[in-house]
Amino acid sequence: VCIHRVRSCSSFIKSKYVCVFDKSALKFSHQQRLFRTSAVSCGQIVQFKLSDIGEGITEVTVKEWYIKEGDSVSQFDSICEVQSDKASVTITSRYDGIIRKLHYSIDDIAFVGKPLVDIEIDASKGVASEEDVVETPPMSHEEHTHQEIKGHKTLATPAVRRLAMENNIKLSEVVGTGKDNRILKEDILNYLAKQTGAILPPSPKAEIVPPLRKTEAVPAAPKDKARRVPVPVSRPIAFSGKDKTEPVTGFQKAMVKTMNAALKIPHFGYCDEIDLTQLVQLREGLKPVAEIRGVKLSFMPFFIKAASLGLLQYPILNASLDENCQNVTYKASHNIGVAMDTEQGLIVPNVKNVQVCSVFDIAVELNRLQSLGSAGQLGTSDLTGGTFTLSNIGTIGGTYAKPVILPPEVAIGALGKIQVLPRFNGKGEVFKAQIMNVSWSADHRIIDGATMARFSNLWKSYLENPASMLLDLK
Amino acid sequence: MVLQSLKNCFWLSCVLRTPKACFWSTASGGLIIQSVSNDVYQNLAVEDWIHDHMDLEKQQVLFLWRNSPAVVIGRHQNPWQECNLRLLRQKNIKLARRRSGGGTVYHDLGNINLTFFTTRKKYERMENLKLIVKALKALRPQLDVHVTDRYDILLDRQYKISGTAAKLGRTSAYHHCTLLCNADKFVLSSVLKSPYKGLKSNATPSVPASVKNLFEEDSSLTSEILLDAIAKEYATQHQIDHHITLINPADETLLPGISNKTKELQTWEWVYGKTPKFSISTYLNMAYKDSVLDVKVNMDVKHGRIEVCDIDLPEQWLPPGLYSELVKSLTGSKFCPNETTTLVTTLLRVHPQDDELHSRWSLLCENMIMLM
Repeated sequence: VCIHRVRSCSSFIKSKYVCVFDKSALKFSHQQRLFRTSAVSCGQIVQFKLSDIGEGITEVTVKEWYIKEGDSVSQFDSICEVQSDKASVTITSRYDGIIRKLHYSIDDIAFVGKPLVDIEIDASKGVASEEDVVETPPMSHEEHTHQEIKGHKTLATPAVRRLAMENNIKLSEVVGTGKDNRILKEDILNYLAKQTGAILPPSPKAEIVPPLRKTEAVPAAPKDKARRVPVPVSRPIAFSGKDKTEPVTGFQKAMVKTMNAALKIPHFGYCDEIDLTQLVQLREGLKPVAEIRGVKLSFMPFFIKAASLGLLQYPILNASLDENCQNVTYKASHNIGVAMDTEQGLIVPNVKNVQVCSVFDIAVELNRLQSLGSAGQLGTSDLTGGTFTLSNIGTIGGTYAKPVILPPEVAIGALGKIQVLPRFNGKGEVFKAQIMNVSWSADHRIIDGATMARFSNLWKSYLENPASMLLDLK
Repeated sequence: MVLQSLKNCFWLSCVLRTPKACFWSTASGGLIIQSVSNDVYQNLAVEDWIHDHMDLEKQQVLFLWRNSPAVVIGRHQNPWQECNLRLLRQKNIKLARRRSGGGTVYHDLGNINLTFFTTRKKYERMENLKLIVKALKALRPQLDVHVTDRYDILLDRQYKISGTAAKLGRTSAYHHCTLLCNADKFVLSSVLKSPYKGLKSNATPSVPASVKNLFEEDSSLTSEILLDAIAKEYATQHQIDHHITLINPADETLLPGISNKTKELQTWEWVYGKTPKFSISTYLNMAYKDSVLDVKVNMDVKHGRIEVCDIDLPEQWLPPGLYSELVKSLTGSKFCPNETTTLVTTLLRVHPQDDELHSRWSLLCENMIMLM
């Protein structure tokens, strides 16, 4: 049975009702949990009644349970949320123990003063003396699990305390950001990060990132959520992280479907480097003109238009192979897809009929698609009907890539970043060139290397000498 | 009225967990703070922070805040039932779910929000509302305003100018309410009207009411004047200085942990995922070629995700394989137009390209997405 200790007046910290036996109970229960499977649970079952809500309210509606039968709870953990007349009340546990029975279901009416849940409290509870903080490493078990500073207990669940102990951390040094200043697992992680200078991943399932030399770009994806720049960790950290399994849904599900279909396509790759020195200058000059017209002009509209001009000469790259590989359909429209990285994941809207659009038209349409994409408001027509795709992974980084074709298309191009590199001109002099790499992938069932190479050369020539685009513009 | 920057105020050192001797004992009774931000998530996060971290035993707090256009639903409400989500997305109006109960409200800069923080024991909504009415009457004695037993404030006995909600925790509680000064009533009524049909749920429903702005009653009233009058009355009743401390909800040093709280309030899991389980039973009216198809749709949505999905299409209207793939794809996915659009457009990629199929598919999917 707990005794409530009234907090001292000199503290301005939120009042905590602490059970004198609390610390020891927690300590023992922490240890006991390790042996729980072998011991027969013979704790006392206490009926936790719904306490007074105030304002003379006698009944409330149960809206959400935060725990279920069989869960273990600590004192002050949230048990459920009830509602009464525009007031939402969080009911917290007065005990440590295991939930044995929920007396109500969601939307039931619960009564003040009547049992809400049954909690089995741990039978064995000894009295342990309160210990002050002692600065002698290594820390003794007690100091890690429950520390006292000048009469104030630090709140933390057994799991958090275990984590602190495993990493030799004094709870008193950690700033708690949870309810009632309780120390959360994130607080321990942040503390550790500050100690080692390492950037710790927020979830235990972070991947080991391989050195970024060749971007093995998964699909045409400029997005790579799991990748973070690896920061060298100065010393190994003992970490009690747990694997987390969750179902594949939403955007990930869509990617799984697309990529499984793409597997059926035999891909071949073809890469090249493009000297964009002239295009960079041209765009600098045209950017303000576009701005006056209210449009942001990037390099993409040029890349897209040049691709369309190329497709006019090599229409097989804008085709589709039927399921039985019996027929090839040459698509009349050049609906060029642009891979976009949004908060939720990869999406590929397309610009319709590029063959009849000017570079400016394409820029306008791209602006529209980009703002809809970032707001999560792209429509079905924007996302279907694509015939050819470009992925500008270079805005994030990378040089060469290995893009994956998006069925039912037969080709895709990934554009790396523009780098300033030394090159030789016709006179054998070194000059500063703006170099970008392009990596094409094509369906080898109907496209051969020569076709891809010639298309790429044509596309390259339009971009290296933008004035030549004028000759072929329709 | 004196606005004091927080740098000069020591009150925060008193409430952080490192106990320090401070001048706290000279302050008494109450504290009035005002947010410099108009971001609904940041302001709601401040409420959470004060609720979780401040000791209200000796000092009660009045928090004043205003938001740029946003719809705020109560803790246990269903946003599809309460507002026109399509319109919100179009107009870029934010949607937030607060932690207190009650109904849905529309906020813009013409609406002021007042939060009264007390200990759980001192939680008393009537007193707070009476304070507001007293302040209004002191300002403009001719105003006919009074508090109803539903905790609303009515103007001229018929127009609602304030709605109330509350949150009670273990040791502290807050009561917040709105006050309509000069909000855009046209936008208010259009966003708070749900176009979604066939919804069945146990979520808390809102009670619609006729509203009126105080500005319409007396055009000399502004938000600032009203805020000041209420602060003055609060100061009088709590016997404190009539000054308002400004706080910046983005200041992590001042309010440690606040950015996490702000982020949490913006997550899909909180805003949509906390919707109590509901079902939809409705008809899609699809105009296809020369006829109109009435297609019955039944869906169960739990935690904002589609648990069950059943679409009663005419036989062979879609190849059966494709229909079952559609249902399989939707099951477990968010009840959200963006996610659904991505899934359905992907499914089309991996199926034989047939113009007829393509147009039927697009028609069905667009109609389904309209339900979200």
